Amino acid sequence: MDLSFIEIENLHKSFDSQQVLKGVNLGIDKGESIVIIGQSGCGKSVLLKHLIRLLEPDEGRIVVDRNDLSQLKDKELIHLRQRFGMLFQSAALFDSLTVEENVGLGLRESRLFTDKEIKKIVNEKLEMVGLTDANQKKPAQLSGGMRKRVGLARAIANNPEVLLYDEPTTGLDPIIADIIDELILNLHQKLKVTSIVVTHDMKSAFKVAQRIVMLYDGKVEINGTPEEIKTTDNQIVRQFIEGRAKGPIKV
Amino acid sequence: MANSLQELGHYGIKFVGKLGGITMLTIKFILSLKEIFRSSRLIFEQLYLIGVKSLPLIVIISIFVGAVSAWQAAYQFKFIGAPLRFLGNAVGKAVVIELAPVLSAIAFAGRVGAGVTAELGTMRVTEQIDALESMGINPVRYLVMPRVLASLFMVPFLVIFADFVAIVGALLISIVGVDVSSSLFLDGFRNSFKLSDFINGLIKAGVFGFIIGIVGCYEGFHAKGGAQGVGEATTTSVVISTVLILIFNFIFALILFRLQ
Ligand SMILES: Nc1ncnc2c1ncn2[C@@H]1O[C@H](COP(=O)(O)OP(=O)(O)OP(=O)(O)O)[C@@H](O)[C@H]1O
Ligand SMILES: [Mg+2]
Repeated sequence: MDLSFIEIENLHKSFDSQQVLKGVNLGIDKGESIVIIGQSGCGKSVLLKHLIRLLEPDEGRIVVDRNDLSQLKDKELIHLRQRFGMLFQSAALFDSLTVEENVGLGLRESRLFTDKEIKKIVNEKLEMVGLTDANQKKPAQLSGGMRKRVGLARAIANNPEVLLYDEPTTGLDPIIADIIDELILNLHQKLKVTSIVVTHDMKSAFKVAQRIVMLYDGKVEINGTPEEIKTTDNQIVRQFIEGRAKGPIKV
Repeated sequence: MANSLQELGHYGIKFVGKLGGITMLTIKFILSLKEIFRSSRLIFEQLYLIGVKSLPLIVIISIFVGAVSAWQAAYQFKFIGAPLRFLGNAVGKAVVIELAPVLSAIAFAGRVGAGVTAELGTMRVTEQIDALESMGINPVRYLVMPRVLASLFMVPFLVIFADFVAIVGALLISIVGVDVSSSLFLDGFRNSFKLSDFINGLIKAGVFGFIIGIVGCYEGFHAKGGAQGVGEATTTSVVISTVLILIFNFIFALILFRLQ
């Protein structure tokens, strides 16, 4: 069988009585840049968390690079996770650590770098996200957009093969948002990083995506190139990308 | 009546479930000890935060624990007509065997157990623990191991101070309030003091420290919701630690102090 790099098969997930994912099927190739869109609360963040086993499927499975995640031993899971970088929707910065320590933690814990090297990498990554004057601040002293960018710098710190971005541009001003989009594109084009981006920002989606997937009612509603998405006559997708209150989607 | 019985049953089932979870976390904790040196910096940090900073609290409660036990013992002695030269014996035994380890541990559960749960619970609900895992860092090694070890070593360490300070408190009250001379009190204390009692007290304290650390971490890891969830987890953490401390203390009494 021809497996994609990341294979999501018949993924079901419920919380208590609430069914969130009801059979998601999706393959993602190595080096691809894919954007996931969908209504607030439809399960995008939940889907992303399954890809590194922060959540476990009720039914179905996730296969990454031929490894069924549910079968991995603790050590193997740790190695796999180190190949990923994740930007959390809430940024999820460690609030007892400074900006610098947040970005450098993964490097430090990997024990592959000296303090000097870590400092250099940290500064480089912070510069990439446009944050050069906050190294010694604690997360509580940052604005929402700054936190997001620290989270992004932390996600890219150890040059992961796969980046999971949960709403990377939400809460950023339009200029910074565009800088971040450029950064995502750059990482993808120059470093061949596989990018999986969850976003509500359609401008950003069309800019960074090779493929756009829309989740609706716990399943994949559409999966196509940006061109196909723009020209589809699927009314659910049209309503969403045009941002209309009226249409088949009930809120 | 039926209702409150039902509630009690429900409570019991939940408690047993938690004990299962705590046992699982204990196993993970033991496995994480393989990488103890990787976390040495974190362990020292926790030894300071958890242990050294608890010292003032332990000193204050111990003075009063010692003082009140001398006072109450003297009151009982007068009542039954026992000679006051045994005051040092009675108070010394009570402090070293029971009062210092148990009361220090309960105060420690209130200060440190609650603090650990609140900290880890906040990290859980703000996805910081997920973030650690996403970076391939084992949260048991990074968060649980340093806290449990620090608590395991620091409670006995604090109990040494508690023993000393409580005896001093008792001595002062005996001199000032009961009119027993210091040499009379100390002779009594010395006659009854057994090194094995002292060591047993410290072993108990170590077990209590472990309970406080592991329960605190377990409850923090399983906090749900938001601030309210963290608050509930914190309360539960202190309640469970306290109950377990008293249960284990009773078991220790049965094992260490046989009646015949
Ligand atoms: N840990 C959890 N416990 C219980 N319910 C959860 C949990 N995580 C997510 N949910 C529920 O799952 C649903 C999907 O959540 P998710 O965060 O994936 O939405 P989303 O698509 O990312 O939305 P948004 O665009 O607003 O971020 C929501 O209804 C949420 O209430
Ligand atoms: Mg989300």
